[in-house]
Amino acid sequence: MSEFFSGRRETEALTDGEPVTDQLLDQVGEDAERDSQALADQVRRQEAEAAASEQLPVSGARPRSLLGDAWYELRHRPIFWVSSVVIVAVLAIAIFPNAFADVDETSSLTGGCNFDNYLQPPSSQFWFGTDQLGCDVYSLTIFGARPSLAVGLIASLLTVALGSAIGVIAGFYGGWIDAVLSRIVDIFFGLPLLLGGIVVLTAISFPSIWGVVFVLVVLGWVSAARLVRSTTIEAKGQDYVMAARALGASNSRIMWRHVLPNAIGPSIVVAVIGLGVYIGAEATFSYLGLGLQDPDFSWGTMISSAQEVFFQAPWTLLFPAGFLTLTILAFILMGDAVSEALDPKRQK
Amino acid sequence: MSRAVRKTAGAEGWTGPLLSVEDLNVQFKTRDGLVRAVNGVSFELNAGETIAILGESGSGKSVTAQAVMGILDMPPASIPKGSIRLKGRELVGLSEKDYREIRGTQIAMIFQDALSSLNPVISVGEQIAEMYRLHDGLSRSDAKTAAIDVMQRVRIPAAAQRFGDYPHQFSGGMRQRIMIAMMISQRPQLLIADEPTTALDVTVQAQVMELLAELQRDSDMGLILITHDLGVVADVAQRITVMYAGRTMEQGTVDEIYDQPANPYTIGLLESIPKLAETVERLPAIRGLPPNLLQVPPGCPFHPRCPLAQDVCRRDPRPPLETVSEGHVSSCWFAKEVHARGGLRV
Repeated sequence: MSEFFSGRRETEALTDGEPVTDQLLDQVGEDAERDSQALADQVRRQEAEAAASEQLPVSGARPRSLLGDAWYELRHRPIFWVSSVVIVAVLAIAIFPNAFADVDETSSLTGGCNFDNYLQPPSSQFWFGTDQLGCDVYSLTIFGARPSLAVGLIASLLTVALGSAIGVIAGFYGGWIDAVLSRIVDIFFGLPLLLGGIVVLTAISFPSIWGVVFVLVVLGWVSAARLVRSTTIEAKGQDYVMAARALGASNSRIMWRHVLPNAIGPSIVVAVIGLGVYIGAEATFSYLGLGLQDPDFSWGTMISSAQEVFFQAPWTLLFPAGFLTLTILAFILMGDAVSEALDPKRQK
Repeated sequence: MSRAVRKTAGAEGWTGPLLSVEDLNVQFKTRDGLVRAVNGVSFELNAGETIAILGESGSGKSVTAQAVMGILDMPPASIPKGSIRLKGRELVGLSEKDYREIRGTQIAMIFQDALSSLNPVISVGEQIAEMYRLHDGLSRSDAKTAAIDVMQRVRIPAAAQRFGDYPHQFSGGMRQRIMIAMMISQRPQLLIADEPTTALDVTVQAQVMELLAELQRDSDMGLILITHDLGVVADVAQRITVMYAGRTMEQGTVDEIYDQPANPYTIGLLESIPKLAETVERLPAIRGLPPNLLQVPPGCPFHPRCPLAQDVCRRDPRPPLETVSEGHVSSCWFAKEVHARGGLRV
């Protein structure tokens, strides 16, 4: 047994009298070289593995309290504060319109618009001017905020709720459930939003904002579903999911309590950006005469009716359109800020 | 049947081993072919006893543990052959629902990396309390009290104040304690610890092992320690199973294996432990890497790395488990010779 595992063994075997020959020393050197080669390979593999695990977005090398970190990040971003101010202002207008405009005195909204004030330019009495029915554009803009925001908020909440539920089920169970749900997602993904919306809204009439909400949710949930499905597949492979199983948690418990909270981050971003997009979509449908119907009105319906008199009275278009653009911009900027804050790879 | 009754069901009058694994085979269907991760592994564990399963990465030790826990994803995994009995009750083929009632309450498992094994978005106290709500049906406030109790049992300082902290706010050793607290909360009879101290530094390792040993003494639970670190094993385990490429290479008591190993692979593992009393230029390592489980070499799977390998080792059949002394078996054509040389170890 002259060679056993190590150079040390070899020299030891020779301690009973025999001199250590050069040949054996060479052998030892070769062994050591081979060992160090193997060791280097192993180190490289481990490093590669470590690097791979660090690339996992949400819970990789430094999993932390997701929302706590995100909030810390957000507080240090000027864009977050700018968009917050705009969003808070618009929300305040939407929730308490009476604090900003007095319906009775400045103008009457329904049935009380005064034709004597037909298309007045902005003045100290009518800050944003008046429209072709003699209504005060300022008051209309203020009171139009609520339906616009309501559509955006409700639609993006429902979109994310529906999309997340379907996405987490598809991603978690995999197999044929995933195959079926993913094909359904693909089908809905193929439906164009505008055309689909026009068809549905023309065919069926809904009260108030619900038609637009219905269309936006039915055609919009797929992107959230796709997103949550992929983040679920990733979260499913994490150790804490295996640990939860080892502790006797059922599938549904693991799915809703352990996987979903860790998989929903990116779809929050989609929801915030979607809010702006849905407000714009409502305006589009209303502009086409398919959104809100009289006596309901929003920024969208205002823009729609302003088109007839735009060259005579551009203020009828500019003010509601300005509010609309500013609001959408604020939500999209907010979405950007949130997405950067939720992305651990960008954290310093 | 109430939960209390179910917990002790099967325990009455049971005098056999707590866990007996016989000829366990686990395979994974992959795109590249069938991976036989565990091949014919057998061992027994009595209540209050600690056994260690040793091996390099890819040796099948963790898969064995996951098979016992019933947390392998099937498919792609399957158990074509073998039996796992907990107090005489067959677990292979048990329905997911029945298995779920055993997991966490009768058998529990500690994972290597406590940080990734704890849910990052739920506070640790909540995660422990969830065990009591889930399995014992305790109310929210009772579960909280119970969770703080068990956090104190694993010696987390200021347990009540730290109830609401998140996993990332704890040190590595404390996180592993939290993991242990979760796992022992239901007083399982069998605890599997899969490399429980690998991610920790040496002093913390000792504390965690001490804690595990103490908890085991208090509750007479059986402990399976899965590790690649022979140093951790010596003080706690009574018996060792050495695995390589999904096979049992050697099995015996700790003393037998440390003093008179009967398998070249075990000797290689023993030699690669740094020893304080000696100064060596470089630590002897087993050269080469463990085999790819898709292409396990014929004959003895260890032969390409074995300094003793002869022609007989390179040909099928694989060497059978040979008894070298009572309760000490080794899978090597030269088991008796290697064993007889005794004290090979420095």
